[in-house]
Amino acid sequence: MARPANLFGTRPLVLCRVRREPDPPPAEALGSTPAGGHVAPIKREGVGARSRCRWPRAKAECECSVALTERRGSPAGVCGERPGAAMAVAVGRPSNEELRNLSLSGHVGFDSLPDQLVNKSTSQGFCFNILCVGETGIGKSTLMDTLFNTKFESDPATHNEPGVRLKARSYELQESNVRLKLTIVDTVGFGDQINKDDSYKPIVEYIDAQFEAYLQEELKIKRSLFNYHDTRIHACLYFIAPTGHSLKSLDLVTMKKLDSKVNIIPIIAKADTIAKNELHKFKSKIMSELVSNGVQIYQFPTDEETVAEINATMSVHLPFAVVGSTEEVKIGNKMAKARQYPWGVVQVENESHCDFVKLREMLIRVNMEDLREQTHARHYELYRRCKLEEMGFKDTDPDSKPFSLQETYEAKRNEFLGELQKKEEEMRQMFVMRVKEKEAELKEAEKELHEKFDLLKRTHQEEKKKVEDKKKELEEEVNNFQKKKAAAQLLQSQAQQSGAQQTKKDKDKKNASFT
Amino acid sequence: MSKGLPETRRDAAMSELVPEPRPKPAVPMKPVSINSNLLGYIGIDTIIEQMRKKTMKTGFDFNIMVVGQSGLGKSTLVNTLFKSQVSRKASSWNREEKIPKTVEIKAIGHVIEEGGVKMKLTVIDTPGFGDQINNENCWEPIEKYINEQYEKFLKEEVNIARKKRIPDTRVHCCLYFISPTGHSLRPLDLEFMKHLSKVVNIIPVIAKADTMTLEEKSEFKQRVRKELEVNGIEFYPQKEFDEDLEDKTENDKIRQESMPFAVVGSDKEYQVNGKRVLGRKTPWGIIEVENLNHCEFALLRDFVIRTHLQDLKEVTHNIHYETYRAKRLNDNGGLPPGEGLLGSVLPPVPATPCPSAE
Repeated sequence: MARPANLFGTRPLVLCRVRREPDPPPAEALGSTPAGGHVAPIKREGVGARSRCRWPRAKAECECSVALTERRGSPAGVCGERPGAAMAVAVGRPSNEELRNLSLSGHVGFDSLPDQLVNKSTSQGFCFNILCVGETGIGKSTLMDTLFNTKFESDPATHNEPGVRLKARSYELQESNVRLKLTIVDTVGFGDQINKDDSYKPIVEYIDAQFEAYLQEELKIKRSLFNYHDTRIHACLYFIAPTGHSLKSLDLVTMKKLDSKVNIIPIIAKADTIAKNELHKFKSKIMSELVSNGVQIYQFPTDEETVAEINATMSVHLPFAVVGSTEEVKIGNKMAKARQYPWGVVQVENESHCDFVKLREMLIRVNMEDLREQTHARHYELYRRCKLEEMGFKDTDPDSKPFSLQETYEAKRNEFLGELQKKEEEMRQMFVMRVKEKEAELKEAEKELHEKFDLLKRTHQEEKKKVEDKKKELEEEVNNFQKKKAAAQLLQSQAQQSGAQQTKKDKDKKNASFT
Repeated sequence: MSKGLPETRRDAAMSELVPEPRPKPAVPMKPVSINSNLLGYIGIDTIIEQMRKKTMKTGFDFNIMVVGQSGLGKSTLVNTLFKSQVSRKASSWNREEKIPKTVEIKAIGHVIEEGGVKMKLTVIDTPGFGDQINNENCWEPIEKYINEQYEKFLKEEVNIARKKRIPDTRVHCCLYFISPTGHSLRPLDLEFMKHLSKVVNIIPVIAKADTMTLEEKSEFKQRVRKELEVNGIEFYPQKEFDEDLEDKTENDKIRQESMPFAVVGSDKEYQVNGKRVLGRKTPWGIIEVENLNHCEFALLRDFVIRTHLQDLKEVTHNIHYETYRAKRLNDNGGLPPGEGLLGSVLPPVPATPCPSAE
């Protein structure tokens, strides 16, 4: 028994005859309304009629004064619970001493309480969800039709489905003043594939999805559980093919996967193909196989006297060998549901022909409420526990000190925040690094450019200088040439002159010589 | 078990249920409309019997709180209601015992059984209420107690490994005893009821009604009703929670005519007209507790126990508790509502109590 988290060390409330001083206030006195408004109470929309029983008003005289002391020898036991555990928070104080059994000296009238409770449920209606798992063509739809005495219209499924699909359909049935919201979920395409490895997966997913939806609703802040349409599967009818030998491995695997999630009731379908003696052997083979493989099928409850007997006798006949039929055949002088063969008529409701009546008794007339309760109290709680533990919430830590949900939550939250921060840091650092890199690159490029520019500039300068030099040279040459030219001209002119003189001289000379 | 009588053919109303959105549906619901007859008896109505058996086996819890000044006859009334010595009477206190300085909360549990139905009855007494000279905030311990019970239930509910049946210690019904002054409600009464009508089902009761004549009684009741209405105090059965016309008419009748019930309590029996009746013997006659002409005890008893017991529990669970829970999960956390599991986990309770300014 998980101990409830006792957060603040307050002395837990002990409901016994002890004077209790007011506690130190750890819990906020939430009754005080915040300034101004007040939290609107949650409206009860659509809830069924108030659970009242229409009992006659009190008569004027006092009712019978017979002391109704009906202590049936129960030791100060508390309403079906373990004594001592009723006062859940009572620490170490056995409450069966403190709670005394009182004898009533008159008729009080609270024995109408079950009626009040039931009336309310009646007006609100009940939910019942059945899952039918079985191969295509094994008779699931027919059996449902037969069980509920109507024709749920549906087209027979084909055999070439690529995978297992679940088809859910809902109906509202009414009988006397009881309204039942019946949901029938069919597995379409089960057992048709060549590779059946994953056949069970859609089924498990569907069941989990229903639990999840309920869990989500339960965990909401503003929730309305009292008019929540419960879609969790209450009973799973597993249809076993009437081979006469044993269970198929697909059956075993599927049932093993489902037994912790849903109440499994195995039934042998199309039981009119098996002869009586073979049937007996087949049944015992199946049951022994189930036991040896550790498959937990639904156990009909035997703890309440009124139903214990019938449940015990019926359990012997598990798995029920059923025949379904919606056609009526005239037998004797009345019409009955039956299947007509050339060699005879198989009557559905004849107990010596098949176990249909037993199935109907067990499923609907005796244990419907128990199936619903088991689904909620066992399978759903298990799912919830696993789911919450998966999320990391625990009730006790390794030192088996009770963890509160708050502490776990805080721890997880801090963890997440830390991770978040770390990630943020990482990202930031990466970003900074990238920026730096880019910057460095850019700087490099810039430097290169500068260098190039310098180089170019220098080159340009050099070229310019060269050109200038050349120009100078050229100019010099030109100058020289000019000079030379000038000089040459002068020389020429001088030479001409001197030439003329020379020739004159020469002439003179010549003349002189002649003479 | 099978009833053996096949039902006559009925037209079943086969209506389609609208497909509902689910977080991860394997297959969405396909709405199918069918019109066909139910041929033959199925046995669905046996579920009522099954349910009844189950509830009788598990038994019921009922927690009733009585609030009022000393000497108004609270313990006697509770004893009369449940026809047994449920509370010790204050008069049996040692006279030397001091009047408690603050309001105390005393819870006493009993198991009573009737007709195969076991009920764990807890009577929560509040000695010291309204007895001091300065009665300011004397409703606070009571409010705190009520909220503590809600808190306890909430904690249990939030656990991962939950008990199969969470013990229910929440206060289902609070009987508030009005002193039969004949004039009007006292300020203390108004304050108390104003604060507490939002967290718990309050049923106002006029105590020691044998001090008033019939005219005085009806006038007083009218005045009280008017005052409660003027002050916006919604006592049980609350108008806003009436679901259908039938409820409304019935509850209206109770609200406008009978409430607050003027009661007389007694646990002594006397002989009247050859029968033994519970009553009070006075020099001028015997007041019969269960005689409707004398006082309205029988109406109160029927109302609380025989017709509205389950409803009291339900209003407490579905409305008051849910309000508390929603408020609690919303406060100090600022968590987003209902988004996944992490969004709705209990945050730590603040250490400082909220001052009740109003």
